[in-house]
Amino acid sequence: MRLPESPSLADYRRHIERLAADGLAALGDAAGLDALEAARVEFLGDRRGQLLEFQRALGALARDDKPEAGKLFNTVKRQLEAALAERRDQLGRAAGAYRRPADLTMPARPQWRGAKHPVTLVIEEIAAIFRELGFTVALGPEAESEWYNFGALNFPADHPAMDMHDTLYLRDDVLLRTHTSPVQVRTLQRYAPPVRILAPGNVYRRDFFDASHAPMFAQIEGLCIDEGVSFVDLKATLGHFAQRFFGAARARFRPSFFPFTEPSAEMDIECQLCHGAGCPACKGTGWMEILGSGMVHPAVLEAAGIDSEKYTGWAFGMGPARIAQQRYGVGDIRVFYDSDVRFLEQIAE
Amino acid sequence: MNVSYEWLRAFVPFDETAAQLRELITAHTATVDDLVPLRADLAPIVVARVVEEAPHPDSDHLHVTKVDDGSGTLLDVVCGAANVTAGKLYPFARTGTTIPTGITLEKRKIRGQVSNGMLCSARELKLGDDHDGILELHVDVPPGTPLLQALPLGDTQVVIDVLPNRPDLLSHLGVAREVSAVTGKPLALPALPGEAPVWDDAPHAAGAGATAGVAVRADHALAPRYMGLVMRGVTVGPSPDWLVERLESVGARSINNVVDASNYILHELGQPTHAFDLGKLAGNTVAVRAARPGEKIVTLDGVERVLDASITVIADAERPCAVAGVMGGRDSEVTDATTDLFLEVAVFDPARTRAARRRLGLSTDASYRFERSVDFALPPLALNRLTQLVLAIAGGQVAGPPVDLLEHAPMPRVITVRSPRVAKVLGARVPSVDAAARLTAIGFTVDAEESEGELRVVPPSWRPDVVAEIDVIEEIARLRGYDWFPTEIRPFRPGNVPDDPIWVQASRVREALVAAGLLEARPMPFTRGGGEAHVRVANPLAEDEPYLRRDLLDTLARRAEENLAHMTGNVRLFEIGSVFEPTAGAMPREFVRAGALIMGDRYPEHFAGPREQRWDEWDARSMAERIARAAHPGAGVALAPAEGDWLWRVLVEGRDVGGVRHVPLDAPVWAAPAFGVEILLAEMSNIPVAGRGEHAHGDAAGPVPRHWPRYAPVATTPAAEFDLALLLPEGVTAAQVEAAIRGASGELLERLHLFDEYTGKGIPEGTRSVAWRLTFRHPERTLRDKEIEGRRARILSVLDQELHVRARTS
Ligand SMILES: [Zn+2]
Repeated sequence: MRLPESPSLADYRRHIERLAADGLAALGDAAGLDALEAARVEFLGDRRGQLLEFQRALGALARDDKPEAGKLFNTVKRQLEAALAERRDQLGRAAGAYRRPADLTMPARPQWRGAKHPVTLVIEEIAAIFRELGFTVALGPEAESEWYNFGALNFPADHPAMDMHDTLYLRDDVLLRTHTSPVQVRTLQRYAPPVRILAPGNVYRRDFFDASHAPMFAQIEGLCIDEGVSFVDLKATLGHFAQRFFGAARARFRPSFFPFTEPSAEMDIECQLCHGAGCPACKGTGWMEILGSGMVHPAVLEAAGIDSEKYTGWAFGMGPARIAQQRYGVGDIRVFYDSDVRFLEQIAE
Repeated sequence: MNVSYEWLRAFVPFDETAAQLRELITAHTATVDDLVPLRADLAPIVVARVVEEAPHPDSDHLHVTKVDDGSGTLLDVVCGAANVTAGKLYPFARTGTTIPTGITLEKRKIRGQVSNGMLCSARELKLGDDHDGILELHVDVPPGTPLLQALPLGDTQVVIDVLPNRPDLLSHLGVAREVSAVTGKPLALPALPGEAPVWDDAPHAAGAGATAGVAVRADHALAPRYMGLVMRGVTVGPSPDWLVERLESVGARSINNVVDASNYILHELGQPTHAFDLGKLAGNTVAVRAARPGEKIVTLDGVERVLDASITVIADAERPCAVAGVMGGRDSEVTDATTDLFLEVAVFDPARTRAARRRLGLSTDASYRFERSVDFALPPLALNRLTQLVLAIAGGQVAGPPVDLLEHAPMPRVITVRSPRVAKVLGARVPSVDAAARLTAIGFTVDAEESEGELRVVPPSWRPDVVAEIDVIEEIARLRGYDWFPTEIRPFRPGNVPDDPIWVQASRVREALVAAGLLEARPMPFTRGGGEAHVRVANPLAEDEPYLRRDLLDTLARRAEENLAHMTGNVRLFEIGSVFEPTAGAMPREFVRAGALIMGDRYPEHFAGPREQRWDEWDARSMAERIARAAHPGAGVALAPAEGDWLWRVLVEGRDVGGVRHVPLDAPVWAAPAFGVEILLAEMSNIPVAGRGEHAHGDAAGPVPRHWPRYAPVATTPAAEFDLALLLPEGVTAAQVEAAIRGASGELLERLHLFDEYTGKGIPEGTRSVAWRLTFRHPERTLRDKEIEGRRARILSVLDQELHVRARTS
């Protein structure tokens, strides 16, 4: 649709407004500098630009209409020139001619998410809390001698206490450690007190592999030995841990038995599900068993060559898998061993 | 260990409810795992109020009532009892519940009137024989309250987790003793029916003796104490109700009065006893001896068992009649025809009982107690009470004073307990008087020494676990209550132990692999393995995987296959764990390694690409470099092309620490190839640190040396770059080309980057095109074009001469 030979002011206005709309769109949407240049030639070009026609047409208008039409012409020209400059500026700034995506609801480019194993996450969190209290990490072998695993830890030979540790043997006196406690003895033999260590690691029991048992599982052990370390320190430190780790308002200690500690105590925290009211998960007691602990038995210190009259201390042990089960809602512990990518991705923190 | 709440109350008149008792026992003695109401059949019965009552329109003895059962709606209930009265409370069974008599109630019409449940009589609830009417309840509880909560109905079984150090708790007497101590209420043995038998104190004899014409011999290594008694003229029959109920309250079954009496004493005192049919014992002889190899016995459970010398038997003149401390023999079992008894009350050796139990795979209430040791002083009391009970419920008479064989009674242990030591271990001062009183309450004898702060403590005969001062300190702490001790964090010194370097290494590797998008696995380390190369578990529970792995990739490959079976084709797993290698000695070598397995898509799909890129060997190679650098920071890492299964071996400072390989899998056709990396972090030493009872404190390792990266000033002069696309004949490697380029470039070559490989169109047969970008920089000035050109020419000439490598022209 072209401008008539002798346009009325209304014709002129209608056509130049249309030109303005087309021109602004073409300039504003130009995808790159080349497209922008093409649009410039099309609308503002010195030789064939569409705006030239309107400049010429001014002369063909009635005298009274000229000032009004002239104003219109100038406005549109300025608008187009401004749009050209702005777009040129935009495109010039984004090297490689960036254009905004039209649909910003499209998804981000995904990346494979790495993840630590849930049991590792629990171990690391436990370690972080004890680190604040001056603990470091000690390790020991999984294939151990019977002496480090039992003898040095005051296990009576051929006693029902041994039934609590159904053992996988490799040779007569070589076994897969049934707990991380041998690390206590190795550490005490190697370093003089004060000793404040955590010993995470895998331990083995001669158990069938089912929803709640595994022949191998993780344990984390703690040991604190120095002059003047007492049962009060045990209660205070483990209570502090319970509060930090579980946010548990209340912890309780009750008598227990481990050959390598005396007095022995198990620590419960207020059930995380019912907050002490009693529920099936805590068998109605309102408490959840978290760890075993106790004052290190003098016989254990003596076995490691430490003067048990001078030094005292405490130790604890717990199962990070049990904690991970509660925390992440894992009913069947076999899930922890399956290494199913679909599970491991879920727990990524 | 099950005890009955009511039975305990027969020993100690405490007022605590079962729930309170649970708290007390758990806090001071042993954990109560459960409380089992023995009238669980009453659980569905609730207390309900009859709100309205009117005669049934079509019956002269029925009533129609409206019952409030707490549900919020009044229920129409038809009742046949004459005593039903509006406003009163009755036990009520809702529709759908099963009442103790076994009837399940359904909604039904009785003479045209709907009845939604039943108001119950005492007999219907098995609470007595009264069937005259429904049971009126005089309690102050809202309708809907469970009947068991409203009334103390029925006994409660208290399930205690007794740990192996406390054999004394394996009886009502033992638990009652603790309850008495913590409640302060007196302890007394419950009265038994009849009179306690009186006999002359049996003279102690060692090895052999006789009672009422029966010769008794005992090897005291097998049975430290053996008592026997003959009873004649007993009548075997059913037990009285009270005895049946007591046994049922701990989950035991009534058999006959004599056997029940024996069981009663076991649960009451913790002393296992056994009654033989004297008529079936040959030669009027009872002998405690080791079984002869090959001897056989049919035990009470009907199983024929072949014995050996590790098993102690009770034998007559001819054959074994019981497995000592484990189970009686069927041939000498007490039956309805039995009239004469030989009652055995003995203490058997714990270790031998344990051996026999394991050897025969036969655990009984008796073996459980003998294994944990039975009070040496208990048999006379147990025999006396057993005899009284048998006399009272089975009649007969005692044929003569009992025989009591023992060599020497154990000497009481005197333990000195120092008050400062108590305070040192417990961190709080427990006054000696207080400690002494608490110990006395559980049967300890306590003398305060005249010298300050010492107690002389003699533990009672039933506490074999208390042998040293620390054991007494535990007693003081638990009786005082662990709750009593303060919870304050006191000042402490930092420890002497540095972080284990393997832990530090493992943590670094883990962080690196997680950052690379891999998922950590913690799988089982067992494998099918096989042969000499693997460490074998001597007593595996499952025979399919009896070996310990030698390689992490072995485990990760199986885990990847498992993922493929779930149609997960994008697998990216890693593990940091131990592998085991057999040695000539008993102890295997143990190594901590990091392993990673990758297969499938390198990136999750995205609409804007990149698409369809799979993990390949080059990713595995970079993963290997990543692991090696994280594990051995600052050390020189190199990957050397390898032979056989391995693509590359990983060298750290020239030492072979692992490799990269394609991992063959049992995989479906759609699965991508899998690549694995396995790298050694460190050997986990398992040699003894020091001798037994010794330490090696003088030899503690010093700090691990660290390699810190050094800063090189960043260049300020411009670089000059050019690309070389080269045609490599077959057999020429990138490494050879790079070596030649470096040799010809001189020291200004800053970077040599291989960025492209191409074969196919335009490339002569038998060659490949490989392209490098070379970056040159002079530290002080701009390089001139001529200098660059010169180098380019020199490089091309050297390549041509040395390797017949030329620039690609097309
Ligand atoms: Zn709960």
